[in-house]
Amino acid sequence: MDDSKIDLIIDKHHAEESALIKVLLDIQDEYGWLSPKALKRVSEKLEVPLARVQQTATFYKAFSLAPKGRHTIHVCNGTSCHLRGAQRVLDKVQELTGIKPGETDPDLKFRLEAVNCLGQCALGPVMEVDGKIYGKMSPKKAAEPLKKYE
Amino acid sequence: MGVVTLTIDNKEVKAEEGMTVLEAAQSAGIYIPTLCHHEKLETYTACRICMVEVESRGRVRLDTACSHPVANDMVVKTRSEKINKIRKTLLELMLAHAPDSAILQEMAEEYGADKGRFEKESSFCIHCALCVRYCAEVKKKNAIGFVNSGTKREISFVPEIASQECWKCKECFPLCPTEALQAAYVLAGALTFPVAPFELR
Amino acid sequence: MAQIKSPEELEKIRQEVSTQRDPNRPCISICAGSSCLASGAGEVIAAFKAEIEKQGLKADVDTKAAGCPGLCEKAPIVVIYPQKICYVQVTPEDVPEIISQTVVGKKVIERLIYTDPNTGEKAAHEDEIPFFQKQMRLLIGDNMKIDPKSIEDYMAAGGYSALNKVMRDMSAEQVIEEVSKADLRGRSGSGFPAGFKWESCRKSKGDNTKYVICNCHEGDPGAFADRRLLEANPHLIVEGMIIGSYAIGACEAYIFVGDEFPQTVENARLAIEQAEKYGLLGKDILGSGFDLTMEVCIDGGGYVLGESTALMASMEGRIGEPRMKYDHGTDRGLWAKPTVLNNLQTWANVPLIINQGADSFAAIGTEKSKGTRIFSLSGKIKNTGMVEVPMGMTLREVIFDIGGGIPGDKKFKALQVGGPMGGFIPENLLDLHVDFEELNAAGLAMGPGLVVADEDTCIVDMVIYHLNFLANESCGKCTPCREGLKQMLRILNNITEGKGKESDIELLELISEVQQDAALCALGQGASGPLLSTLKHFRDEYEAHIKEKRCPGGVCKALIETLSETSA
Repeated sequence: MDDSKIDLIIDKHHAEESALIKVLLDIQDEYGWLSPKALKRVSEKLEVPLARVQQTATFYKAFSLAPKGRHTIHVCNGTSCHLRGAQRVLDKVQELTGIKPGETDPDLKFRLEAVNCLGQCALGPVMEVDGKIYGKMSPKKAAEPLKKYE
Repeated sequence: MGVVTLTIDNKEVKAEEGMTVLEAAQSAGIYIPTLCHHEKLETYTACRICMVEVESRGRVRLDTACSHPVANDMVVKTRSEKINKIRKTLLELMLAHAPDSAILQEMAEEYGADKGRFEKESSFCIHCALCVRYCAEVKKKNAIGFVNSGTKREISFVPEIASQECWKCKECFPLCPTEALQAAYVLAGALTFPVAPFELR
Repeated sequence: MAQIKSPEELEKIRQEVSTQRDPNRPCISICAGSSCLASGAGEVIAAFKAEIEKQGLKADVDTKAAGCPGLCEKAPIVVIYPQKICYVQVTPEDVPEIISQTVVGKKVIERLIYTDPNTGEKAAHEDEIPFFQKQMRLLIGDNMKIDPKSIEDYMAAGGYSALNKVMRDMSAEQVIEEVSKADLRGRSGSGFPAGFKWESCRKSKGDNTKYVICNCHEGDPGAFADRRLLEANPHLIVEGMIIGSYAIGACEAYIFVGDEFPQTVENARLAIEQAEKYGLLGKDILGSGFDLTMEVCIDGGGYVLGESTALMASMEGRIGEPRMKYDHGTDRGLWAKPTVLNNLQTWANVPLIINQGADSFAAIGTEKSKGTRIFSLSGKIKNTGMVEVPMGMTLREVIFDIGGGIPGDKKFKALQVGGPMGGFIPENLLDLHVDFEELNAAGLAMGPGLVVADEDTCIVDMVIYHLNFLANESCGKCTPCREGLKQMLRILNNITEGKGKESDIELLELISEVQQDAALCALGQGASGPLLSTLKHFRDEYEAHIKEKRCPGGVCKALIETLSETSA
């Protein structure tokens, strides 16, 4: 992994302790996840104890500690989607990909996340792959869109 | 600093402005149970066992004695039916983790808490954070911290630091109200410390 | 863009922007809200542009990627001005016909207009669609006329006239007086008087550095009203916050928003940038000597961040753990400086109050709840979307008259009001009014989302869903919240698996009581909301699971299997 950008991100925020969350968000944006190496680097440069960096990285939902896959699947599990059968869709996607929410498959093809609400309630149940929304999902319909991704 | 007068359990107590209800009670020899409180550490208000009833300016509220600031004419009750119920239930919830903890058992006796009320939980930790805070605030080493949030929150040693610092310190061990800390340390040592500390071999 | 130096200059520019626009010039407005974009609005916009080019109409017809009007169910939405013909579920294939038939030929295409799902009646014009007609759209009514990425559009629709009025004619105290007189109450659900909060902060002796925060965290699953409004009309919020900051004497303002909503973040950032370019933010705003910076602050995600102390901890780069507070945020808030934190919808009402006057605002609503309320409608409802209703409307009117009721021929079972910590109410309580006191008295809260459940819902399953949500989203610091949720979930899961005991309900009630009394923050204290409200209104469903090992909603797998085994 090319981690040259980590220092640039940290410097952009002037290595300020108070910028911890912003720095982690930017690293997550850049690399798609927070590697152990990145956490250590942030701890050193911001002079924030590693224990606190780890707590922060595992506390906020925006961060992922599993390596990024080539594609990210979000299955919405908001109240509205739940009422419309999101759990069965999520079960199916887990079966199709062989991974649970928060995990990345060994081939680094997909990472799966169950998210709280994508705000797309009119289209529920909703699945999102790399930012593209697939609405009115059902266990049956979930397989088709996933075939498009390599 | 001004002096304020308040009533705790029908007893008139003088306290310094800025003190907490707990400090005022302790100075007057009135006992309020605590678990996550430690005088060397910052107020934490997590275990909630020190909840008391505070009446101030005509309003009664339940609050943690370890954090609530004293005020003139405040009336504090350290025991009531409500408070007993809260402490009993909190103890029962914690006993699900650490049924053999001496401190918890002692309190359980006082409040009639049943250690079998709730199904046993796998970890021994009651999240008082004494170890985490002592290591950060007093020792300034941060060898242990919390990870995750919500019901998945747990203590976790940072191997890189723990392997350097912990075996010669271990000052947090006696602070732990359960046996969780030592267990976690042994486990973390066995699994991840690059060089297992001598004492644990 | 030259910086505007005085209220007079701003007025001149606002006039210019308006007069440059011919109200009779055809404009095709396509909703570019995130629901419409997800339904292909991007392709529709591209198709319109290409078709206009192709038919040589570029000089005569405008297109606009507009803010969300709220009818998400029928996405993508297109409105053709000046006639205000509204087409729903438009595809790129419909575009050539719309141009030739409607824009050029002035004819309505029947196939594309709104059909009422209940009466089958058709409505061609935006104003005639019952979904819009029955609302009171004071804050969102112009969304289709405004491209959220254009400050000029906002100005042409009357935007920044309130700021102008404030800077020209009003002192800070007068602004606060007006907001107080309008009886504007916090839209987060607490209903705290905004004017009082502003005044406390203005008068706070704590520090001269003061902050203003707009809470657009909206972590409720199934609610999207706040983020959709910020996305659709960001300048409305920016204007409200500039006015508020002026009144309070704040020098820095922050919009706190989730990173899961990229469209919202993008529009808000752009709006701030544009306001800076015009000199509506920055140093010496409109020559008044008042300085203000504004910034979007991305949160790291987590429902607990809706709690004010957790929100501020997170903004300071710390763990979003609530803490006990004995000072008001207006004395010691962000970075321990006097701070006003208001919900996004609270800020959205400020320009309206200034423009129309406190009396006109206070004339809307009930005795103690004034103005309108924006909700998102979701779940098992025909018209999923964002709606704005006057305070005092009944929930039944919102759900059935505007929302269109339940899809299919299913029966209504429950309405969730106030998000994961709110409650579920049965049909006979739908006549409750949208009113802070009335909802609070019923154990509900004025959250931004209304979620409808039909007869195929299992109430116990819904409660488990919400407690699971809170178990994940809680910070996990205090015992009653963390351990209480864990044990409640165990008991409830046992109930849905047919292992429930009669004593379970009593135990659940005990844990709830201790949580309410002893938890550290509002999340823990309110975590039992869904449980307690359903134990009150849907106790029979719990009893069916426990005593008869039966799931009335037909959801709990273990019980359905047991039943089929016994009947087989």
